This record gives sequence, C-alpha cells and structure tokens, in this order.
Amino acid sequence: MDILSIIFIVAGLFFMIVAAIGVVRLPDVFSRSHAVSLTDSLGAFLMLVGIAFHEGLGKNTLKILVVLALLYILNPVIAHATIRAAFRSGVKPWQKKSS
Amino acid sequence: MTTFFFYVMVLLAILIGAYLYRVLQGPTIFDRVLGLNGISTKAIILFIVIGTYSERVNMFIDISTGYALINLVGALAVAKYLEQKGLP
Repeated sequence: MDILSIIFIVAGLFFMIVAAIGVVRLPDVFSRSHAVSLTDSLGAFLMLVGIAFHEGLGKNTLKILVVLALLYILNPVIAHATIRAAFRSGVKPWQKKSS
Repeated sequence: MTTFFFYVMVLLAILIGAYLYRVLQGPTIFDRVLGLNGISTKAIILFIVIGTYSERVNMFIDISTGYALINLVGALAVAKYLEQKGLP
C-alpha cells in the first residue's frame, strides 16, 4: 500500500514540475494557462489519490475524495473564467515574430 | 515514510516559487491572477501533505476544502471585475 502511494505521489509531483516549468517558460497568457490548469489538476489528482492510498480505507479517505472532486471541478472553472476575461479585455494571442 | 513526505513538502514549496516568479514577472494582470490560482492549488496540496506528515489529517483536509472554496469565489470575482475594466 505504501509503495502504491509513493508511486502516485511521485507521478503527481512530476506533473506539478511540468506545470511549474510551463508557467515560467511559455510566452503568452493563453499558453501559460493551458499548461497550468491542465497539469495542475492532474498533478493534484494523482497526489491526492496517493495520499488516499497512504491513509487506507476510512473517514479520511472519504474526505480526501471530497477535496479531490472539489478541486477537479473548481480548477477548470477558475482557469476558464480568468482566460475569458483576458480574451474579452483584449489580450492578443502570441504570434511568432517573423524573424 | 515521513521523511518522504518531508521532501514532498520541500519540493512543493520550491514549485510555489516558480508561480511566485510568474506573479511578480507577469506582463499583464492575467498572468498574476493565473499565478495566484496556481499558488492556491499548490497550497491546498501542501495543506494535505502537512496533515499527513503531522498525523493530524482530518483537521487539515477541512482547512483545504474551505480554502479551495474561498479561492474559487475570489478568483471568479477578480475575473468578473477584470472583464469589464479591460486591459489597463
């Protein structure tokens, strides 16, 4: 059971590192949000499942699943709201400079 | 097992630094809002890992649930406000 939770947590961490790199490197709000919101929720999902495995069956696992479902619903909503606001207020997507 | 969770916490704190860089550096306001949303998701995960590290999980899970909901309301309010105000 512990090995399983370690595997899931390490996988979640990998996706979170990818999200952090995506946030720093990508050139534009839209691509950054694309990187962050997707990998973030996946990384959070995997880590929470890993911690649920660590907790074993019980009340805590149920609570962790509640947080998991909550996070899985909230993250896309927040990302969509901010990026729609960005698009509506006139942020132009990044074009490759014809250098 | 607990040392493993300790290193997980340290790594998460470092990842929060990457988002903080984006919040400080972000050219537009929306990068900052994006960074803050990312930091709050990381904070939720950090809460739960701290809970498992200190063997007091059920308290921390309630905190992270509340924090997730508050963060939703805050982020939506900011997005709604910035939509009309437009780019400065």
